[in-house]
Amino acid sequence: MSVVVVQNLRKHYPMGEADVVGLDGVTLTIESGEFVAVMGPSGSGKSTFMHIVGLLDEPTSGRYAFEGSDVTSLSADERADIRSRRLGFVFQSYNLLPRTTALENVELPMIYAGVSEPKRERIALEKMDLVGVAHLREHNSNQMSGGQQQRVAIARSLVNEPALILADEPTGALDTKSSKDVMELFAKLNEEHGKTILIVTHEPDVAAYAKRVVTFRDGCIVSDERRAERAA
Amino acid sequence: MNMHGTLRLALNALIRNRTRSLLTMLGIIIGVAAVIVTVAIGAGARESVQAQIDSLGSNMIVVLPGSVTLGGARSGSGGASTLTPEDGMAIAKLPDVAAVSPSVTVRAQVVAGNNNWQTSVVGVAPTYTFIRSWPLASGIFISENDVLSATKICVLGQTVVQNLFPDGSSPLGRVVIIKGVPFTVVGTLSPLGQSGLGQDQDDTVLVPYTSAMQRLSGQTTVNALTISASDATHVAAVQQEVTALLEERHRIVPPQPDDFFVRNLQDIAAAASSTGAVMEFLLAGVAAVSLIVGGIGIMNIMMVSVTERTREIGLRMAVGARGRVILNQFLTESMVLATAGGLLGVVCGLVGTMLVALLAHWPMLIPPVWIALSVFFSAMVGVFFGYYPARKAAALRPIDALRFE
Ligand SMILES: Nc1ncnc2c1ncn2[C@@H]1O[C@H](COP(=O)(O)OP(=O)(O)O)[C@@H](O)[C@H]1O
Ligand SMILES: [Mg+2]
Repeated sequence: MSVVVVQNLRKHYPMGEADVVGLDGVTLTIESGEFVAVMGPSGSGKSTFMHIVGLLDEPTSGRYAFEGSDVTSLSADERADIRSRRLGFVFQSYNLLPRTTALENVELPMIYAGVSEPKRERIALEKMDLVGVAHLREHNSNQMSGGQQQRVAIARSLVNEPALILADEPTGALDTKSSKDVMELFAKLNEEHGKTILIVTHEPDVAAYAKRVVTFRDGCIVSDERRAERAA
Repeated sequence: MNMHGTLRLALNALIRNRTRSLLTMLGIIIGVAAVIVTVAIGAGARESVQAQIDSLGSNMIVVLPGSVTLGGARSGSGGASTLTPEDGMAIAKLPDVAAVSPSVTVRAQVVAGNNNWQTSVVGVAPTYTFIRSWPLASGIFISENDVLSATKICVLGQTVVQNLFPDGSSPLGRVVIIKGVPFTVVGTLSPLGQSGLGQDQDDTVLVPYTSAMQRLSGQTTVNALTISASDATHVAAVQQEVTALLEERHRIVPPQPDDFFVRNLQDIAAAASSTGAVMEFLLAGVAAVSLIVGGIGIMNIMMVSVTERTREIGLRMAVGARGRVILNQFLTESMVLATAGGLLGVVCGLVGTMLVALLAHWPMLIPPVWIALSVFFSAMVGVFFGYYPARKAAALRPIDALRFE
């Protein structure tokens, strides 16, 4: 099944006289189980694309169907509900809550999804174990390395069993070693657990973990390559 | 998210910024403490006036001379000299009247040996101690005989005893000079303390009213008639009968105004407490203003907090929080903040009340409903002033919140 179908997506930012173009007619389909890397130079519209696909932002024009239903013009609450149940986010800057333990951070999406407390803890620990940070459950973000924080964030993105995981430059703030670990984790989630993953990056070594690379330039897709085997 | 979770989240956020939370609450704390102390002073005063009235007996009625009209200008109450001892005797014959006593009041310097003291000398009838329920401390009281022959005897209040006989010797049988006239002390009154209006009731000398009229005031009229109704339930009836009787005796035909006033103690108390109520109202106004100022302080800090935590809000929205949930989170935070301020304010108010009671010897009373009201209103202030910042947080678009620097 197609998880994401976008057609002719445009995003313009009104800026005085002339609009700034974020996306200039993007058409793309992502199937369940794919691991897609979005590449392109800075300012080419990668993040804008990801925010729209993640229902954090709305396109100026174009259509978007998520898991087969049209989500182009949903209310803010309806978008929040889809984010809560069907989407997982990983950000460049980890975005863990300060002065909050790793376990509580991982439980956060389930609080908003209305999962009961004992079940929350069980699922959170399960996912933390899967990404290898179960031993850090009581650590606050300032007591963890960047790589550890990003793993906690990945665990957080998994707890609601999302149809799609979106990661915007997840390795952008990490050293080479941690980068490699995090990307191997994504590859494992895709291959062993069948997770559909969309990752934004401008580093070819990072994109090498994906099975499909979509390249953006000036808000348009300039290439879309699939590989039989992942390069890394 | 459930109530309990929201509450815990709010508490955590406030505890994380302990100093700031406390400073933010300061306005509310001061406002609520002011309310509590104000109410305690007012309620204490009212309570003591009521206690006084109860101790005087709720069946007491006072007749005062009315105003007089001289060439079109009316004097105030008490300006006329219209009440006579004979009016009193006539009233005493009414049914339901237990006792009557005139009062003839004269300010005078009272001298005993080397000591002297300015006090109010009051000429009264033998029934006076009964009407006022004022027992003697020693000796005897004025008798019918003393009134008939206008004898030069007196009974001293405790304040006068202390000032004229500071060595503690018994005043009984001693002579005090009032306006040049020697009076023999035959008794002393037990202490009554301050009246509800702050007067020292023990600062007085009682003499037979005939002696006061003939030897001290030189007048044939009295300052007041004090009546005791036979029963509290007859007070209103007695008031009417007294009015009718005096109108007849003073030959007043209805359109003409009465030249006297008939008041029962409850009326007098009501007048006293209504002045108190105005005071309380003003102070309560001040307290309300400081609550509002406190609320604005909370709004201010909540605005700062929303701005500071914009990225946090963005993250919460990204992982599925609806605007409503974010609104509740911030609203709960400001409500918890204000309620905690209210509780601390109650504590400060109670401490302040105890200090005032201790230092100013003012009777204090805190009706528990005011404690509940203060805390409730604090919470409301929190909701009211927290709403705008919370709305602002909830209305953020997730993408704008996440990208906020
Ligand atoms: N909120 C915004 N307001 C104005 N312009 C924006 C905004 N977000 C993105 N843009 C512009 O849209 C274009 C694409 O940005 P973005 O998607 O962040 O690029 P990338 O992630 O590929 O670096 C850039 O020119 C950027 O300046
Ligand atoms: Mg970007």
